[in-house]
Amino acid sequence: MTEATSMLALVLATPFVTGIVLALFGHRRSAADINAAGSLLTLIAAALLTARVISAGPMTLFDEQFFVDPLNVFLIALTALVGFTTSLFSRPYMRVEHDHGRLSVLRLRLYHSMFQMFMCTMLVALSTNNLGILWVAMEAATLTTVLLVSLYRTPASLEAAWKYFILCGVGIAQALFGTILIYFAAERVLGPEGGALLWTHLDAVKSDLEPTVLSLAFIFLFVGYGTKTGLVPLHNWLADAHAEGPTPVSAVLSGLLLNVALYAIVRCKVLVDGALGTHFAGNLMMAFGLLTVVVPAFYLSRQKDVKRLFGYSSIEHMGLITFAFGMGGAVANFAALLHMTVHSLTKSAIFFAVGHASQMAGTQIIDDIQGLIKRSPTIGWALMLGSLAILGMPPFGVFTSEFMILTTAIKHYPWATPILLTALGVAFAAMFGKVQGMVFGEPTVRPLEHNPALLPVFVHLGLVLMLGLWIPPYLADWYRQAARLIG
Amino acid sequence: MSTALLHTVPLSGQVINLCAALMLLLGFAMLAQRRVLSLINLFMLQGVVLFASTLIVALTTKQSHLLYSAGLTLVLKVFALPYILHRLIRKLSVKWDVETLLNIPTTMLVGIGLVVIAFNVAQPISQLSGTITRATIGIALACVLLSFLMMITRSKAVPQVIAFLAMENALFFAATSATYGMPMVVELGIALDVMVGMVILGVFFFHIRQQFDSLDIRHMERSKDA
Amino acid sequence: MNVYALFAQLLELVIALLLAPLLTGWVNQCRAWLQNRSAPPLLQTYYTLSKLFHKDVLIAHNASSLFRAAPYIIFACMALASAIVPTLSTELIFAPAADAIALVGLFALARVFIALAGMDVGTSFGSMGSRREMLVGFLAEPALLMVFFTASLISQSTSLSTIVDTLAHSEFAIYPSLAFAGVAFTMVSLAENARVPIDNPTTHLELTMIHEAMILEYSGRHLALIEWASSLKLFAYSCLGLALFFPFGIPATAEPAALSFALVILVVKLAMGGAALALIETLNAKLRIFRAPEFLGTAFLLAVLAMLVHLLLEAGP
Repeated sequence: MTEATSMLALVLATPFVTGIVLALFGHRRSAADINAAGSLLTLIAAALLTARVISAGPMTLFDEQFFVDPLNVFLIALTALVGFTTSLFSRPYMRVEHDHGRLSVLRLRLYHSMFQMFMCTMLVALSTNNLGILWVAMEAATLTTVLLVSLYRTPASLEAAWKYFILCGVGIAQALFGTILIYFAAERVLGPEGGALLWTHLDAVKSDLEPTVLSLAFIFLFVGYGTKTGLVPLHNWLADAHAEGPTPVSAVLSGLLLNVALYAIVRCKVLVDGALGTHFAGNLMMAFGLLTVVVPAFYLSRQKDVKRLFGYSSIEHMGLITFAFGMGGAVANFAALLHMTVHSLTKSAIFFAVGHASQMAGTQIIDDIQGLIKRSPTIGWALMLGSLAILGMPPFGVFTSEFMILTTAIKHYPWATPILLTALGVAFAAMFGKVQGMVFGEPTVRPLEHNPALLPVFVHLGLVLMLGLWIPPYLADWYRQAARLIG
Repeated sequence: MSTALLHTVPLSGQVINLCAALMLLLGFAMLAQRRVLSLINLFMLQGVVLFASTLIVALTTKQSHLLYSAGLTLVLKVFALPYILHRLIRKLSVKWDVETLLNIPTTMLVGIGLVVIAFNVAQPISQLSGTITRATIGIALACVLLSFLMMITRSKAVPQVIAFLAMENALFFAATSATYGMPMVVELGIALDVMVGMVILGVFFFHIRQQFDSLDIRHMERSKDA
Repeated sequence: MNVYALFAQLLELVIALLLAPLLTGWVNQCRAWLQNRSAPPLLQTYYTLSKLFHKDVLIAHNASSLFRAAPYIIFACMALASAIVPTLSTELIFAPAADAIALVGLFALARVFIALAGMDVGTSFGSMGSRREMLVGFLAEPALLMVFFTASLISQSTSLSTIVDTLAHSEFAIYPSLAFAGVAFTMVSLAENARVPIDNPTTHLELTMIHEAMILEYSGRHLALIEWASSLKLFAYSCLGLALFFPFGIPATAEPAALSFALVILVVKLAMGGAALALIETLNAKLRIFRAPEFLGTAFLLAVLAMLVHLLLEAGP
């Protein structure tokens, strides 16, 4: 027990301490290395914690304020992994940005320290047992990224950051009201001690909670955390934030923050399902998930900025995952969890490649980036493979999870399947055409001064490929356990 | 009939109801306000009313953690935040009249509609609550919706932020009226978030101001879907 | 058929007719004091009325019979209104008919006639005044109705006597809804009685007039009746405000002892109310006419809020 406690403490404390260190010393040249080292430590701690949870089962820590079970520990591991690879990617990327004069050392100091703080808040949000602290951590995550999105201080980035702050701030205020309502319902059953906000306690008594209050609470929580997940119609901030922030920030936003927000919704869904006994939460999630898959598909072909393009793609995939969680059941939950993993890995890999591609071209406009494969075969291939992966081509893992989601849909909700297929098809056509234009053709890009760190890209893509072909048995078991927890 | 009902509510309950009514009135006053300085003063008044209401609930129900909440509210919302806002306004030399996207009578009518909706939504919760302040949950939700309306009908950055803070005020009021406040650790976390948020916003305003020479949000609406 | 009730009713009517000009005079005197001017004598309004009654009437040759009849109708409406508002007692002969909504209807009737009279002769100032009066009335009436609804929700009846009875004889309780309704009522009565900030009663600039513009063509006894009616309107509104929001001292019986006591209290309350009105008039500037809808919109909003707050906070299950 105490091992796990110290491991969790390490997982949470490392990014926090690294953040403080970087806030003080981040203007030195070694900042990027400190960043990477801190992330590596976090990853190791997370891996150890994961192993512990797998062997010993779910446990509550720190006087029941933190809770790790198969569902969130896998997300913790994923977060730490993507955080580490992103920090590796950001080393040469930020150096190029600095050399191109787009960022000063002070800004880099802000960037590095906020990056670690952001990791810390996400890990706290994932591992906490207290719904109130979950809210606080989500809000803190928003705050740390606001300044990151506006890092370049251009008019467009300021606008993106402002939209992000206001939309997510308003959304998260609704989530606070939802949390208050849950506390209200819980207090009547559990009494006014602090235990009424602990998820484990709530899970134990969920059938006793007042249904009307819980359904109202879920609506507010869904709206609130759904804004942060990028669900339509509250998705306006996402494309801008992805386009205007520095690429590593886009990678972690897409790859990690959206997952954490969806995790919050899923935790609440478990409570609501237990209290209501009907499929209310699931239906709500399915409806908005479906909407979120369809709407971006039609925006994709109009995009001129490559990072906006992939931002909309993220929205679409989050919609798909929400839809899958909404359907519920062992297969759909399994597929959703798998999709969370592969989307996170693939999207961050794509952003790594795109980041370097736009550095080579000096612009993010799609039409101005051409012929990547001739100038830098690795980047060109990385982008090509990544796009194929995210569009659901076999044998990549995205195909597996999408296939599972579609088969479950055909079985239980056949009316939804043509909608899904059409949307996915439209998205495929739009994105593939644009990526093809970027990768092939006469080169308009210059080579980079520093060697790009492309190992993370291929590590991610390799993992996704592996998950498409063969899911290691312990991983599959892990997903199944988590799927069972969600119900 | 209803007068007899009112007499069964003790004096403290009546005073809390009065505070709730004042919160609602202040919410509308902020919605109709044209000047930024008065807006900040109204926000401070809202903080005072909130503090008074929390204090009375704390004293009548003998919940000591509410006393700390009340103290936190006083320090944060009556002194710290208005002070930060005033300094920000002075440094940004912002003195304009607030422009609104809808005219004020229409905004008021929409506000009344939202109040009715909020009262209806809060009915089932009031009926279930066991606190002495349960009637005020509807008003708290109404204040949240009103500050939300204020946020979307303003076109300058500072009033939008004040609307955001007013929303947080209303949520705190909802928490105290429905459940005698959230656990202390959560409230501290929320307070911390608000403070950090304000600091970040302060920094942010300078950047916006530097870039656009103005804090009008409409300057920032150029990025549409290409 | 209580004799005392009949007596109380007649006494109310007589007191209203006698005291209304005095109230107007008192308000003017307070205004003068506040503005550091020397005031006209307190009984000036009586002197003006008697002067006007002795003068000849001069009527435009294209004026219709409505023009001649309007002053009498308006005067009758206002006198009736002052009579049914419970000022001295709630046990009145007309109490069963003294409904709050009927009262609003009475005021509306008077307004229609004065507006028509203003347009009757065909002068431009007259029609301008009438149009403005109807604008103000159109916006003020719903607000007034909402105030009455709030009061009737609290007392479960729209009869004025019942309302005043309930509010006067219940124990002390804080009603936030009545506080909001009180502010709304003050704003509405300022608008309806042609006071600053909606209309300046002492203006001589026709383009800024609302009420005065409609009566420019009147002279002699007609003008006297209309001026008396305006004073009665102010008296009625003040008594209404006092009855709804400060009803202490209005007895439920009609015995002479109680009545005389109530009379003294009424005079004191009216004096304070008049001084307060003068203070409000001095502190505010007249609004431009297109801001009047905002002002009245705020009054309406407050009145609706009062009703909603009552429904939520004070009448819960």
